[in-house]
Amino acid sequence: MRMLVHRALTGIAVVAGVLTLTFILLHAAPGDPAALLLGPAASPAQLAAGRHRLGLDRPLSAQYAEWLGGFARGRWGTSIVTGRPVRDMLATAWPATVRLVLLSLLLSYAIGLVLGAWQAARAGSRLDTALSVATVSLVALPGFWLGLMLVAVFTYLLRLLPAFGAAGFDADFLGTWGRFIDGARHLALPLATLTLIGVGGAARVIRGSLLDALEQPFVVTAHAKGLSDARVLVGHALRISMTPIVTLLGLSLPALFSGVVFVEGVFAWPGVGRVLVEAVQARDYPVVMAATAISALLVVAGNLIADIGAVVVDPRLRTRVSGR
Amino acid sequence: MSGVWRDRRARVGAALLAVVIATAVAAPLVTAGDTSVPRDIVASRFLGPLSYDVSGAFHLLGTDRIGRDVWTRLVYGGRISLAVGFLSVILSVIVGMLVGGLAGWWRGWPALALTALTDFALALPRVVVLLLLAALWKPSTALVILFLGMTGWMPIARLVQGEVRTLSANSFVEGATASGARSLWVLWRHVFPNTLTPVFVVAALGVGNAILAEAGLSFFGLGVQSPTPSWGNMIASGRDTLVNAPWVAAAPGVVLAVVVVGCTLLGDGLRSAIGRRQSVVG
Repeated sequence: MRMLVHRALTGIAVVAGVLTLTFILLHAAPGDPAALLLGPAASPAQLAAGRHRLGLDRPLSAQYAEWLGGFARGRWGTSIVTGRPVRDMLATAWPATVRLVLLSLLLSYAIGLVLGAWQAARAGSRLDTALSVATVSLVALPGFWLGLMLVAVFTYLLRLLPAFGAAGFDADFLGTWGRFIDGARHLALPLATLTLIGVGGAARVIRGSLLDALEQPFVVTAHAKGLSDARVLVGHALRISMTPIVTLLGLSLPALFSGVVFVEGVFAWPGVGRVLVEAVQARDYPVVMAATAISALLVVAGNLIADIGAVVVDPRLRTRVSGR
Repeated sequence: MSGVWRDRRARVGAALLAVVIATAVAAPLVTAGDTSVPRDIVASRFLGPLSYDVSGAFHLLGTDRIGRDVWTRLVYGGRISLAVGFLSVILSVIVGMLVGGLAGWWRGWPALALTALTDFALALPRVVVLLLLAALWKPSTALVILFLGMTGWMPIARLVQGEVRTLSANSFVEGATASGARSLWVLWRHVFPNTLTPVFVVAALGVGNAILAEAGLSFFGLGVQSPTPSWGNMIASGRDTLVNAPWVAAAPGVVLAVVVVGCTLLGDGLRSAIGRRQSVVG
């Protein structure tokens, strides 16, 4: 338990650090958001007034203190570019990102588990080598490139699936069932892109940790008891490999989030990644700060869940924690 | 290091990398013409792979929307992408060995502070930081290398810290310290050289990651800037012509994947070779 509290506190420190770093970077960088907002024709007086309105003429420490206080109390300001409240922009964005990430995690680990277990059971065989080549190549593919290639094939060549957004233009006029189909069709390509890359990583990790587990003495014992190979693999080796797998799952979250940023960019998926990219390109300070904070929060929360997951799947960690 | 070549993965990985690097280095020999100037835009644009244009020039991978030869750009773009990958990893290795080395060598709060710094940097989503940096400062090839280097040092620092901790308990370190050598000199002269092999493994994997990250930045227009070709900005520009000329975006993606696979195989092979050696020695 103490370990989890420690992890949670570290996570909060990381988020606070990310916010501070972002704030410093935004203000250290050249370029003036007031000038960007008012355009090249603005007079010096207008620029000064614009800077005053945005609070940019006050000391940095005061700006930072006010921003941090406001952020903690849920006042995230309004977007300099769109004029919409930042909270509204992100409130609609984050569920789209989480939906994409969770579904692709689920699918990649389900498929990766089957592939990895299959490979571990036949380690060294030609099939194992072929699958290893396939998984290494999948991991090596740039996510946005894979996305573009899927668009080229499934949208332009076969004309099967839509390539942009999370819903069609007519989605509001469809019935419940029609809207579900429409959503699923829009989800297909982004999800496939993330999942294909994820499967490569998952299968590699699962194969590796299963092979480690198969060398353990208790596996020899299980074999000696006369259990079938399949039961040893699933009932004994897989069970013990779950701990490194769940831990690695947590560690892979920052990379997964990076992948999401690109996939959202390719497919115009309305998630946090796309909001972040657009805000960064337009130098929309309040949105960049909030989107960075949300992405750091998502990653830290994911790591924490993975830590809890490791305790759940490994009874040894549990007794160590409660037996103190 | 000679035992490494008994590992098939290491051999295949090194061969893949060698072919790509040799082609990029020999760019003027394996291509004909400039990367930015097409001969006749209207007559020679959007030619498919394995075709000839009006002037009789052969286009192995076709041409893009302004008639530039994709193969030529791919080879010259490889020079940029590979240079960005290798230089940024060299930077990461320098920073990582410095931070990790000192964190493993020192005791007390300076070590804790460096460890905390590494853990913190490791928890950041790299792409978010890169996007932020690249968007705030006007991107150029040199800055991209700097940014990639400064966001890729953490795995090396972690590794070096562990290695230095283990090595500093060895008698040869005690001996060097007892013979009156200054502390940091012992670290530099006696401890660092012993960490180089595992660092090389992580660096091999890092090169692939750095090239991928550069491509990602270029995809958002924040990486190496056109007209200088890099694999990333070639994919980005091929995105607009995906309907009528998919080969423009396809080719650089395939080479990128080949390089990353090469780095991964080499890294995996080296790692298990080191593991074997350590299990033989220990």
